[in-house]
Amino acid sequence: MAKKIYETPMLDVLEEGPWPSFISGIKKLRDEHPDERIQNVTSSLLGQLEHSYETRKGYWKGGTVSVFGYGGGIIPRFSEVASAFPESKEFHTIRVQPPAGNHYTTAMLRQLGDSWEKWGSGLQTFHGQTGNIMFIGTDTENTQHFFDEINEYGWDLGGAGPCVRTAMSCVGASRCEMSNCNEHGIHRHLVNNFTDDVHRPALPYKFKFKVSGCPNDCQNAIERADMAVIGTWRDEMKVDQEAIKAYMGTKGRQYINDNVITRCPTNALTLNDDDTLTVDNHNCVRCMHCLNVLPKALHPGDDKGVTILIGGKRTLKIGDMMGTVVIPFKKLETEEDYESLVELAEEIIDFWAENGLEHERCGEMIERIGLVNFLEGVDFDLEVDPNMVSNPRQSSYIRMDGWDDEAVKWFERKQEAANA
Amino acid sequence: MSDKPRSPIESGCPDAFQYMHPVMRKNYGAWKYHEHPKPGVLRHVAYSGDEIWTVRVGTQRILDIFSLRKICDIGDEFADGYIHFTIRSNVEYMVSDASKVEPLIKAITDAGFIVGGTQNSVAMMSHTQGWLHCDIPGTDASGVVKSMMDELIDEFRNADMPNRVHITTSCCQINCGGQGDIAINIQHTKPPKINHDLVSNVCERPTVVARCPVAAIRPAMVNGKPTLEVDEKKCICCGACFPPCPPMQINDAEHSKLAVWVGGNHSNARSKPTFQKLVAAGIPNNPPRWPEATAIVKQILKAYKADAKDWERMNDWIERIGWPRFFEKTGLPFTKYHIDNWRGARNSLNASTHIRF
Repeated sequence: MAKKIYETPMLDVLEEGPWPSFISGIKKLRDEHPDERIQNVTSSLLGQLEHSYETRKGYWKGGTVSVFGYGGGIIPRFSEVASAFPESKEFHTIRVQPPAGNHYTTAMLRQLGDSWEKWGSGLQTFHGQTGNIMFIGTDTENTQHFFDEINEYGWDLGGAGPCVRTAMSCVGASRCEMSNCNEHGIHRHLVNNFTDDVHRPALPYKFKFKVSGCPNDCQNAIERADMAVIGTWRDEMKVDQEAIKAYMGTKGRQYINDNVITRCPTNALTLNDDDTLTVDNHNCVRCMHCLNVLPKALHPGDDKGVTILIGGKRTLKIGDMMGTVVIPFKKLETEEDYESLVELAEEIIDFWAENGLEHERCGEMIERIGLVNFLEGVDFDLEVDPNMVSNPRQSSYIRMDGWDDEAVKWFERKQEAANA
Repeated sequence: MSDKPRSPIESGCPDAFQYMHPVMRKNYGAWKYHEHPKPGVLRHVAYSGDEIWTVRVGTQRILDIFSLRKICDIGDEFADGYIHFTIRSNVEYMVSDASKVEPLIKAITDAGFIVGGTQNSVAMMSHTQGWLHCDIPGTDASGVVKSMMDELIDEFRNADMPNRVHITTSCCQINCGGQGDIAINIQHTKPPKINHDLVSNVCERPTVVARCPVAAIRPAMVNGKPTLEVDEKKCICCGACFPPCPPMQINDAEHSKLAVWVGGNHSNARSKPTFQKLVAAGIPNNPPRWPEATAIVKQILKAYKADAKDWERMNDWIERIGWPRFFEKTGLPFTKYHIDNWRGARNSLNASTHIRF
């Protein structure tokens, strides 16, 4: 049977212009792909998309589709206009977890592409906003076949629904001199400890891990992750004075003054008369600006670790929230360090699973119960720290029966740290 | 054939080292510095003296298998067979030899892809699924991005903005596109239209009631059937009820508009991370090219490029010049809708005599 071609006058407009066109790509599948199944499904898809463009409405509905043994990882899509566009009436997306840091060989990309060509539409995205490889468009039966095939050579589904989601980490130590931690290792230690919670959605809502190797936070972890792990250092930043002088030579004193010295948020930099740079490391907040401008001269120190922030999320339901600090600095060197990081994540997720309301993100729960109840409720050694706040309490409406004991605790902890 | 279903191997996230360029593997955690020799190209130098050259490439993101194979062909012929994807869906090719960079760039360009997106450029827009695949979209995603990148392609290729500009789009207020220096998001302007015949069969009513941020939804009976009704005076048209209850249709061809937000910044550099703020709304959702939204984005970019200092992100620039000047320089109207009334809103008001004249 000859495939049906739909008129697509509005989509055709998106083939014009210099940027690569996804419409041209889908049309090529329709017109040139050897497999009739792919020709038909992409033709039907274009028909439905044109219909959306003309009516300014979407026509996909969710549903329940999974693979044997799992409860999530598939985004089911059934067409509401299947009678008009029958060949794409089922058009599910398979979310697949990428390697930490999104590295691929072309051989592996080809293998994944071949599998998807065999069982799906031939359309894919690297990657969706949660970080998954998105294999876009197949029916319920082929969902299972595709998963079985790629699962055999090392690929697993990501999260969808109220579960631990696919994690993300930056390119980090594999290419970036700003890296302060083993991003890929942290990423895999965390998310692979929760495969059960990734595949079988049973939490109040989604829970995301994101790992950035430095405070530039290229993974948007503070804004978007329920648990953000951000690399940092606590000793002195490294200054290559010769490289500073070289920058002075090429960029000039005024450039360095205007773009580095005066931009330091805590005025921790001094450019000396002899063209050397002095850093007030005790007051530096590791914002990264000066390292970004002078990458040859300035580097993170040697005493590296991570800052952990909890509760970032976007609007739904009570408004935007940044993640906030719960551990200002944690070393991540030994196997025990990693185990304790994973334990922290387990305890946080357990506490939230127990106390979060339906559809309540972790940050919203903290907003509802207060940070201190969270710190005390989570079964982990989370001590209050002035690095957790922008400023101390402003409202006097608080009972403080335990003040003396708490003050003693503070001095004891200080003493312990001094003795360590 | 056996009828017994196959049990999954719960392997989770794969180890990246098996797919990593050998120079990156060898120098893992031992990089010294980087340079930006030209737009789209990065040179990273390791303490070992090894170096790796990266060429960053913009694509259509929704990749057909032909395009994916073309990307792999270029990788095989010119870039050692390794590919890295950035968070904004750019392809990155890595080569260890400077002499391979120009032939690689030529092959990429000849294949119709775009080299750029590094450092102080307008980066590839991050976007969501839209009409192509989402179940609740008010607009398309890939089409909006294609239209805008056609117009912003020189800013992607040239890297001559004050600092990097991250643009995002989102097809509903859940805002999967995320925070951006400029974000173009759907903003509904009318309450949902309810199909009362379907609600009781399709929706778990208490869940839907609980989902509303302003408690505007309550159970009701219409024509003898249990359903839900919306207090339209309270309703903020956010669309949060639509995903759990599709018969509460929020999308509307006319009244689902676009809004533009600016100043979202993930980085801790200079100032703490920031959320984006509303600057323009009421923009028509106008496929296939969305010219009105693109015009506003270009207006904002023009003002930022002309006035911001080197290294100032959008939020840094506005922080320095102040919001009154932002509206003056961009020519956008300031309205009562710009003044927040959500929880914590009083913290966003000016409690001082710091006034710019």
